[in-house]
Formats: sequence, structure tokens, C-alpha cells
Amino acid sequence: MQKRKSISEITFDTINHFILFLLVIITIYPFLYVLFASLSDPLKVLQGGSLLLWPHGFNLDAYKMVFKNPMVMIGYRNTIIYVVTGTAINMLLTSFGAYVLSRRDLYGKSFFMFLIVFTMFFSGGLIPLYLLVNKLNMTNTVWAMVIPGAISTWNLIIMRTSFVSMPESLVESAKMDGANDFYVLFKIILPLSLPIISVMILFYGVSHWNSWFNAMIFLRKRELYPLQLVLREILISNSTDSMTIGITGDVAPVAENIKYATVMVATIPILLIYPFLQKYFVKGVMIGAIKE
Amino acid sequence: MSVTLKSEINHLSINKKRISTTFIIRQWQKNKYVYIMAVPVLLYYIIFHYWPMYGAIIAFKDFSPSKGILGSPWCGFDHFEMFFTSYYIVRLIRNTLLLSIYNIIFSFPAPIILALMLNEVRNKYYKSLVQTISYLPHFISLVVIIGMVLEFTSREGLINDIIAIFGIERIPFMIDTKWFRSVYIASDIWQSVGWNSIIYLAALSNINPNLYEAANIDGAGRWRQMLNVTLPGIAPTVIILLILRIGNLMSVGYEKIILMYNPTIYETADVISSFVYRKGILEMSYSYSTAIGLFNSIINFLLLILANTVSRNVSETSLW
Repeated sequence: MQKRKSISEITFDTINHFILFLLVIITIYPFLYVLFASLSDPLKVLQGGSLLLWPHGFNLDAYKMVFKNPMVMIGYRNTIIYVVTGTAINMLLTSFGAYVLSRRDLYGKSFFMFLIVFTMFFSGGLIPLYLLVNKLNMTNTVWAMVIPGAISTWNLIIMRTSFVSMPESLVESAKMDGANDFYVLFKIILPLSLPIISVMILFYGVSHWNSWFNAMIFLRKRELYPLQLVLREILISNSTDSMTIGITGDVAPVAENIKYATVMVATIPILLIYPFLQKYFVKGVMIGAIKE
Repeated sequence: MSVTLKSEINHLSINKKRISTTFIIRQWQKNKYVYIMAVPVLLYYIIFHYWPMYGAIIAFKDFSPSKGILGSPWCGFDHFEMFFTSYYIVRLIRNTLLLSIYNIIFSFPAPIILALMLNEVRNKYYKSLVQTISYLPHFISLVVIIGMVLEFTSREGLINDIIAIFGIERIPFMIDTKWFRSVYIASDIWQSVGWNSIIYLAALSNINPNLYEAANIDGAGRWRQMLNVTLPGIAPTVIILLILRIGNLMSVGYEKIILMYNPTIYETADVISSFVYRKGILEMSYSYSTAIGLFNSIINFLLLILANTVSRNVSETSLW
């Protein structure tokens, strides 16, 4: 039903598109600025006006410095370990929980449900959890990074919603053939839920990749630090000193460059995979939102 | 998400089946493996959620790690009294509430407006381009985002370079107490507006298209359609999310604050959660900070119940 647009509609559309275009610029520009600044020659930036629409000169020293920093490499390695282990534990327990809560005829189900949902609205607080993890001797181990957040209640509920929407007859016929619930979950339900599974893996994976607070309070050994904690030292606590040792002359501009290069090094992996994954994320949120 | 949650909570009324031994045995035989699967999940919730709730009783004790929770002596409401009479309480509650209220005024409506605007874009390529880019900052870690914010707001940073072009004097944002809240809220909107709009877009896609046609026939223009069809269509989602938001009125997450603030701006930047972190984890005043945290949780819980009750009576939309 193509109709000629009235003047007011054209104005409406133009203004709308323009504001959204501004939003895109505001979102993208900081990253571009960081990219340009990281590639610029630090001394040129210092001399000329520093507002950048393109790199001032070209210089990869900052990147070399970042990659030479052993902590950055250790951080990358540890983060990968935490992402893989953590996500595996998350997925196993979340599938179990979602399966249990999706069984219609289970006695005690509403009680389990209440127990779980209540934790979304009330918690014991930071300090009791901190003392608990200390008491369990998880401090300074990988477990402190992966066990306290083993299930996200949001994700559990989204996954349960997806399991519930599966035809009950499927499970019943399998059971009649003598399958037990583990078989039903791993061989029937999970293979049929690949979209939601991939979304959950992404949600959990990203949250492990970005997590730093648990590491900050539970890890004292530097060789266990995840990348985010190393980034925090470089970007926020300003400890670029260790990286600029041996550089003669003015250290300050180099230190700024190193910060920008660090942001890029930490962000580029996500920027590269993001366009391919984005639609799955959106699907996940939609699944959670639409089904009642 | 919220709609799902709502239906979950509605199902919570506990089944009143008669419990007899034979019933239990039959249940176990039938669902043995389901119960086995439930064990690790329940253990997780009991250990990492309910044990800390029990552990919060150290707020009423003079806790020392060597004596343990049970062994430490009771001290009643001493820690609460200490907090209520302390020099910091006014500042902490004021900062927490102001950040929350600004968040509700500015950050909360932003994704709704974005969703409404995206909904009006007819060109689907342009729409998905805007969406893809606006979701992006949500995936960048907080550490990196705050690292960028601190760089950009420094005296020689990007924002000052831009305002200097317009001849405005450079502002030392992060050592000036009066700028903290603006920077906090602005960076919050920047990072989350796109991502948070998804849930409203989902609600929008559920509106019956016939309503638009009917409105169109009645002579309603795009603007009127937005006011009379689209907005009422997403109102339940908005209300549910607002209830949840009000249930968190007294909490501002510590992660972002701890990354952003510094002692010179504690006057406006320090909130209850960051204070709990400093007192509890850095200074090891376990009981005192647990008392503050518990006070905080209870107020939030009461606010959630209040907001839900008000909403149920006024708009017939509620969490439970």
C-alpha cells in the first residue's frame, strides 16, 4: 500500500533518521578516536592540535609495548581459561535447572521455583559472600572465578521458558521407550534447543570475558589475573610505569598512547566477532521477552 | 524478560497435593533422575545465595573470622546505630538516591524513546545498521569503558578538546565533585541505551498491526498513532521494568563506581555499595559493612513490594 507521503511525514522521517544517525556517530566515534590516537606519533599529538579525525603520523610502538608486557599475555591466557571452564559449568548447571523446572508433573516444583526466583530480589550482600568464598578456600584458585556465579537466574528462567515450549509428547514417547531423564535432556531436548543454547553460551561467555570484580577481591596471585584486571591496572590505576621503563625523554605522551593501544587490544577481538554474533544475542533477549 | 518473570511468579502458588508415603515413593520412582539433576542446582542456590543470607546475621554480631558466625558474640543493633549516627550516612544515602533518581529520569526513558524512533524507520537496512551499532557498547567491558571515560574527561582529553573549540574553559571533570553524576549518567546511557531498547522492540513487535490500520482509517497521523497505539502497547512492559527499577532504588552498583571514583570526589561519588566494599573488603569491618548492606537490601525489598502494590492498584499491571 504505497501512498504518497505528506510533508509532515517527510519532516518526521528526516528528523528521525537524522537523530538516529547522530546516535550512531556518538557510539562509534570514541572507538575511532581511540584507534587513531593509539596509532599516532605521541610527539606529534603533543605538538599539534590533539582533536583527531585521522591519526597524526603513524607509530606502532605503543602496540609493541602492550604485546611485550608479560601481564597482558598472562591475562589473555587466564581469561580464556576462565571463559571456557566457567561457561561449561554454567551450561551444565543451567540445563539441569531448566530441565527440572520444565517438568510439569514434578512434585516440589513450585517450591524450587520460589527458592530460585526469590534470590533475584533479595541477597545476603557482598560481605557474607566474600567471607563464604574465603571459608571455602576458593581464594586464589580458578574456582573463585567460576563457582560463585555458576548459575544466572535470568538465564535459567529464559532456558526453562524455551524447554517448556517443547512438545510434551516428545518426552513422553522417549520415556515409553525406556529413556531416562538424562538421556531425554542430552539427546532430545538440548539438540532441539540449539538456538537458545548458543545464546546462553554467548551470554555466559561474554560475562566471564568481562568479569573483573571477583578476580579483584579473590585473587592475590598475579599469575592468576584475568585480562580485565590487568587492563584495570593499566587504564585506571595508571600503572603504565612498568611498561615505559627504558624510554628516554618525555614519558607522559607515550603512556597515553599505551592506554589507547591497550583499549584496542582488549576490544578488537570482540569488535571482530560481534557483527556475526549480534543477531543471536538479540534472539536470546527476544525469546526471554516474548513468550509468556 | 519481565513478562516471563511475571508468569513465573504467578505460578508460585504452591500445589496442595496430599503427601503420603506411597505418593513420595511413586514420585521418586517416576522422577528419580530429575531429582538427581536438581541436587547440584539446589546446592548452588543454598550455598551461594541462602548461606550468605544466613551469614548476614553477623550484622547483629561482633564477628571475628576465627570465632566463626555462631561463635561470635551478639551485639544487637550496635552496628546499625553506628551507621545511622555516622558522619557518612547523609552523604551516602543522598548520593545513592540522587544517582538512582537521575537514572530513572534520564537513563530509563532513553531506550523507550530509541525503540519508538527505531520503530518508525521504514528502511530495514538503516534500522538494522543503527541497531547493530547501538548495541555494541554493551559488550565492551566496564573496565575498558571506564578507562575510556577517564581518558576522555581528563583535562587534556577528547571532551575538553571539543569544548575548547567552542571557547569554553577546560573542565577537570573527574576531580570536580559537581560533574561526577553527569558523567556517570551520560556514560550509562551511552553504554546501555541500545541494548535496553531490545526489550521494548520485542514488545512493539507484539502489537497487533490491525490497530495501526484502524487508527490510520480514523485519520490519525504517525505522531497520533505513536501516542495512541504504540505507547499503550508497550505500557505493561514499561511498568514492569519500572517496578523492578524502583526495587533497586537504593542500590547503585559498586563495580562502575569503584572504577570511576577517586577520593577527591567521594563527596558526590561515594554510594552505599562502594562504602560497603571499602569498609568490608579493604578495611575488614565485616559486621559493620554487612549491617549497612543488609539495611540496603531490606529497604530495596520493601520498595519493590510497595511499587508492585501501587502499580497493581493503579494500572492492573504487576510482577505478582
